[in-house]
Amino acid sequence: MHIDRYERMWITLAGVLLIVFAVMLGFSSAVLGVRLPGLSDQLLPTTAAGPHDINQGWVRELAPGRYEVNMRARVWNFNPTEIRVPVGSTVTFYIHSEDIIHGFKIQDTTVSMMIIPGQVAKATYTFTKPGEYLFVCHEYCGAGHHFMSGRVIVEAL
Amino acid sequence: MAATMTRVVARGDAYIPPESERKLSLAFIAVGFAHLLVGVLLGLLQGLEHAGIDLYAYVPLIRHYYQGLSIHGVFNVLVFTTCFIGGFLMFVVGRGLERPLETAGLAWATFWLMAVGIVMVDYTLFTNQASVLFTSYAPLQAHPLYYLGLALVVVGTWLMLVITLRTTLAWRRENPGKKLPLIAFAANATLIMWTLASVGIAIEFVGFLIPWSLGWLPGVDPLLTRTLFWLTGHPIVYFWLLPAYISWYFMLPKQAGGKLFSESLARLAFLLFIPLSLPVGFHHQYLDPGVSEGYKAIHAFLTFAVFMPSAMTAFTVLASLEIGGRARGGKGLLGWVTRLPWNDPAVAAQLLAMVLFALGGVSGLINASYNMNLVVHNTLFVPGHFHLTVGSAVALTFMGVSYWLVPYLSGKKLFSPGLAKWQPWLWFVGMLIMSRGMSWMGILGAPRRTALGSAPYFMADWTMPAWMTAIGGLCLTISGIFFFITLFGTLLSKEKATEPQQVPLAEPVEDNGDKLPGWLDRFTPWVTATVIIVLITYGPSIVRMAGEYTVFPGLRPY
Repeated sequence: MHIDRYERMWITLAGVLLIVFAVMLGFSSAVLGVRLPGLSDQLLPTTAAGPHDINQGWVRELAPGRYEVNMRARVWNFNPTEIRVPVGSTVTFYIHSEDIIHGFKIQDTTVSMMIIPGQVAKATYTFTKPGEYLFVCHEYCGAGHHFMSGRVIVEAL
Repeated sequence: MAATMTRVVARGDAYIPPESERKLSLAFIAVGFAHLLVGVLLGLLQGLEHAGIDLYAYVPLIRHYYQGLSIHGVFNVLVFTTCFIGGFLMFVVGRGLERPLETAGLAWATFWLMAVGIVMVDYTLFTNQASVLFTSYAPLQAHPLYYLGLALVVVGTWLMLVITLRTTLAWRRENPGKKLPLIAFAANATLIMWTLASVGIAIEFVGFLIPWSLGWLPGVDPLLTRTLFWLTGHPIVYFWLLPAYISWYFMLPKQAGGKLFSESLARLAFLLFIPLSLPVGFHHQYLDPGVSEGYKAIHAFLTFAVFMPSAMTAFTVLASLEIGGRARGGKGLLGWVTRLPWNDPAVAAQLLAMVLFALGGVSGLINASYNMNLVVHNTLFVPGHFHLTVGSAVALTFMGVSYWLVPYLSGKKLFSPGLAKWQPWLWFVGMLIMSRGMSWMGILGAPRRTALGSAPYFMADWTMPAWMTAIGGLCLTISGIFFFITLFGTLLSKEKATEPQQVPLAEPVEDNGDKLPGWLDRFTPWVTATVIIVLITYGPSIVRMAGEYTVFPGLRPY
């Protein structure tokens, strides 16, 4: 099968470029630690055992600067809708939905995930700058979808 | 039927499909574009909504943004695309093989089956009983007729493959030892790929959503049904794209006075799409809990791989056009570009579609880039991307094809060539503005599929790109209206064409005759490879999800 010289160069170039992109993605994931949600716990947040009702939202401090948030999503609100942590805190979010699929995206962070009924979505983020961080539902969930939002308030020390 | 089965030959040996088949293609195309018209008008409402102008209260039947958006999505990418592709591919197979379809009767039955399905879908959408958007993620639930209607449309596409394969096999018997004519070969590849791909949505609808919406199942598993959806939901974009590629590879170069630069690579590109289109669906589920990171990474890599046949297409198609531009007197490195027949709206529409598609390809790579997707997932960046692909590469190409195909099939004169001349340019400019607005807004964090104009959290820095989205959308709507006046004016006019239209079919630069390797003229090895790759890349995840099956009842919060 005859392939023109320039066409061969073009195909090689495209292939090399894509491999370079893939290596960079591998680097950002393995070395920089930018992770995606993976296999999850089903229905119950891992650390929900204890005094807390999983259907209630709560925030608790595990150690100084380390927080855990249990969040429940349903049409059309998050619980809790407001989370306060001091600046520099590392927060792990465990979120589940009790009805249909929702989304959870915190603006200006890498926290973004789907909240699928039956699965517990988990993400960890360290808030290094004080301020108000808006979070929104970014998966369509019915006529009031655009009302579904809340805030992480990162307080200066 | 017997009368219409006779082979009609006119003007030398140019084969013209029988009237019954020409009417069939026109019927498909008319139903498709009628739906696109509604979809385009609703798109304008969405753009204006983002800029803070909410007109839904003044529109009959449409209660809110999400109902309008559901219609926009389903009409534009399911009804319009499938109908146009049906009409186009049935024509391409008959014209390519230069023989009647096996059989025109079955093709008409397919049309009516799909028409019944489409009426069911239309009814549920317009009565706000299926405002679940194009993805219809369970446990969000629609009226059973919505799922049933879409299922009939999918069955219709399978019947198209039956017709195509039967016609192709009959041709092979009549022409032993010959390789398949290019356009017929490509039509076969397209329908084979799609039929393999549609297995996911068929299992989702028939096995889960239809019985669930009828109340026969208490609930369904949201993750499993969603995964089955995306098993089909990404390859469907190649089902939309490949018919556009058929025109770009095999027809457009002829219209530009050129020749097909490489026949073997053109065939290889179509064949590569069969195994590479399918094992990529997890790139829509990067942010799903319950799907392993390892399989997401494999799908990310394979999504890059499916970029390769498109990269090959870019080279071959541009080289084929360059032959045309140079034959028309173009000189220098890029002088041939200006010599292409930009005055012909059928050509201009497709050339501009290609330019927009290049941008869409780049933004698509960003979406597919594993963890980079965290920034853009479900933001307006994504519609900013796919309006350049399905909304331009596909839709604008189909419009361009219609400029010669509809006069050819109907024997009528193009109704308003003046409007047709402006239409592709308005679409091009409108799309550049709208897509830029959407992408920008998405990078600033604005979620997609959201009535942002009513959202309490609308941010100040979204205002400028929201206006770009609205203004670009207005340009696109005007362009759309120009097109629909031309199209329906042509269909309804009584004025016959003065000179018969020709089907543009590009000759390969060098006729390989029967020297082509056999694997470039056969589908079975590629189908086998597809099944194996899908089993490896999807099998373990689907088995695990089925083992962890959860039951969630339906909800209709719209």
